[in-house]
Amino acid sequence: MKQYLLAVQLDESAPESDEETRRQMAATGKVTDEMKAAGSWVFVGGLLPSHASTVVRPSGGTTTMTDGPFAETKEQLGGFWVIQVDDLDQALAWADKCALACGRPIEVRPFNIVPGE
Amino acid sequence: MDLDSVYRAEYGRCVATLTRLLGDIGLAEEAVQEAFAVAVRKWDEELPANPGAWIVTTARNRAIDRLRRESTRHARHAQALLLNQPGEPEEVGPVRDDQLRMIFTCCHPALSPLAQTALTLRLLGGLDAPEIARAYLVPEATVYQRIVRAKKKIRDAGIPYRVPDAAELPGRLASVLTVLYLIFNEGYTSTSGDLLRTDLSLEAVRMARALADLMPDEPEVTGLLALLLLVEARRPARMGPAGELVPLAEQDRSAWNRELIAEGHELVRRCLRRGQPGPYQLQAAINAVHTDGPATDWTQVLSLYDQLLAHTPTPIVALNRAVAVAEVHGPALALAIVDELDLPGYHLLPATRADLLARLGRTAEAVAAYDEAITLATNDTERSFLATRRERLSREP
Repeated sequence: MKQYLLAVQLDESAPESDEETRRQMAATGKVTDEMKAAGSWVFVGGLLPSHASTVVRPSGGTTTMTDGPFAETKEQLGGFWVIQVDDLDQALAWADKCALACGRPIEVRPFNIVPGE
Repeated sequence: MDLDSVYRAEYGRCVATLTRLLGDIGLAEEAVQEAFAVAVRKWDEELPANPGAWIVTTARNRAIDRLRRESTRHARHAQALLLNQPGEPEEVGPVRDDQLRMIFTCCHPALSPLAQTALTLRLLGGLDAPEIARAYLVPEATVYQRIVRAKKKIRDAGIPYRVPDAAELPGRLASVLTVLYLIFNEGYTSTSGDLLRTDLSLEAVRMARALADLMPDEPEVTGLLALLLLVEARRPARMGPAGELVPLAEQDRSAWNRELIAEGHELVRRCLRRGQPGPYQLQAAINAVHTDGPATDWTQVLSLYDQLLAHTPTPIVALNRAVAVAEVHGPALALAIVDELDLPGYHLLPATRADLLARLGRTAEAVAAYDEAITLATNDTERSFLATRRERLSREP
């Protein structure tokens, strides 16, 4: 089994209506339930927008802190799933469902190691 | 058969089988290369009866030796896998499946189109990085890097080594057919007369043949093979003595390769009988009409383009259909269609317009359209073809 991160790329410059948000939450919730039923689900989480973000950088044995996200880009990480499946094709099949449910691009990224193996 | 041709014919097949046995393309390639290095020394006097099986067995033994020397967890796992493989992979079934798996892995849509092409030529065509680099006129290092990166992604991202299931198959097969078609075109449209580029077309034909052999029940696979054969058949007539491009209508039909045409026609009939026409079958059928009898039956071509446009409603198909419209209903109607199309940067749009305008006697506009086409054309042979047409036009009273 391999683990994959399915990361939702969110365009923060295009805010959505509450109605849209509710619809997407319902749709993505359904996909999460499907993942759980299939035994593929490991974790899911939605993130607050990047205005709430802080970056801590190491520098000469101490750290400095800056306000805002690491990269000031339009697309920010909006939320993610962690799934456990056999191969990339299975991960891509879930990513298909996630992308259609939340209406956003999904980056599929394998984890380096499967914990416990 | 010498060692070189054995290498070309068997390399991909052997790597595909070893990939199944070892679970890793990189290890499989190393083992197969080692086996060929042994073959160079041992095959001096006589080739074995079945060179491919010999290579697979030798590669497998080499891989076992190497894994015994290594003690990582992965090595032990791979070794166990190898030792538990029953018998030699001489049975036809599994070996054919290995190749199919490899085709789908190389053309996986999670790889970039360039990586798909390079991997396919390397692992299925048996071309090495310098050969691919020469064919695509890019530096060797670029090709090498592209292949290494693609193999790394296959391993790290977990791209499976298997034939997609029925639900995924249509989409994934389309990606395989696109790769073969692009490889063919790369060799065909580059009319520089460079033999290596011609090789690229022949390689695509060879791989399409292998795929058609592996998937005889997929009409689009048969359609692609038929299309490539019917286009390839006209190669001897598409260039004049000075290397200039000769358009279809002016080609010497007696120079066409009759054998390939007969085979292509037979394949078109066979796949269309299945009643599931797709874009490759329709394009093959169009080329079958072009190569049937002493002249093209344009009414038939147009009706095939109508079907193709319904299936693939792209401006390029619409442009090609317009050429058939001009033959059946006259240039004025065709020009009206062409003027509606939006194909920025595509030289064949102004080139087609120029031809239609010339036939309508609108010479000044035709000359301007030729100028536009000449600016946009990327290939010297095509550019000089267009320049000749333009000149012929401006000389006419």
